Amino acid sequence: MIVPADWYMALAAALFLIGALGMLLRRNALVMFMCIELMLNAVNLTLISAGRAMNDINGQVAVFFILVVAAAEVVVGLAIIVAIFRRRTSASVDELSELRG
Amino acid sequence: MAEAILFVLMGITALTGAVTVVVARNPVFSAMGLLGTLFSVAVLYVVQLAHFVAAVQIIVYAGAVMTLFLFVIMMVGVDKEESREEELPLQRVWVAALAGLVIVFAGVITVVGEFDWVPGAVTAITEDSTNGTVQAVAEPLLTDWVLAFEATALLLTIAAAGTIALAQFKRQRS
Repeated sequence: MIVPADWYMALAAALFLIGALGMLLRRNALVMFMCIELMLNAVNLTLISAGRAMNDINGQVAVFFILVVAAAEVVVGLAIIVAIFRRRTSASVDELSELRG
Repeated sequence: MAEAILFVLMGITALTGAVTVVVARNPVFSAMGLLGTLFSVAVLYVVQLAHFVAAVQIIVYAGAVMTLFLFVIMMVGVDKEESREEELPLQRVWVAALAGLVIVFAGVITVVGEFDWVPGAVTAITEDSTNGTVQAVAEPLLTDWVLAFEATALLLTIAAAGTIALAQFKRQRS
């Protein structure tokens, strides 16, 4: 029995919603970053499922590109968090208000 | 049948991990939850015959990215419980209202509107269609999408250089 693509889409939607909620609820920059990864994974799952349902290999190619971009993004983002932490010893985004106009 | 069982099991694990990421007070537990979700999603990739992408997911995400996350968590020293006080009092109310709205909207669309999850889906999925072997993924990657492929190489180089530049910053004497 093949699970229909609808179920995978629903699971991915649930994962995306949880990630978005975490992004809105948490104040720790690292946890917010992990929530971004969660949302990226949900989108990857939809691409794989849709590619399979539409019989198109390009879904997997798109996921490959998203993986590469996500890896680069994590590297730069974590470097920024470390650089911020060096001068203020806190990972909470509420305390980063230097750019307030 | 095997696919249905794996889908249910891995779906439960993925959702549990995702909730753990959001709920856990300790960032290390959040990272562990994310690791569980990544592994479950990788299994779902394998179930859907995306073997190469699943392998890359394990190596890059569960390997490199999670190691980096744990390294930074330990280095920043936030491996202790944080206070959950909300400094914007209305934020949680708004988020709850928004989440409820999204869930109700999605439910209504799915149940009432005869929602088509994948428009243009092929009706008969054969078991071996889009079998994501290395060759199958590499062929469009290195022909149709070769420009994007080269651009990612550039992106990775810039990311590495930028990270080194960020790490080299010295505290400015003002």
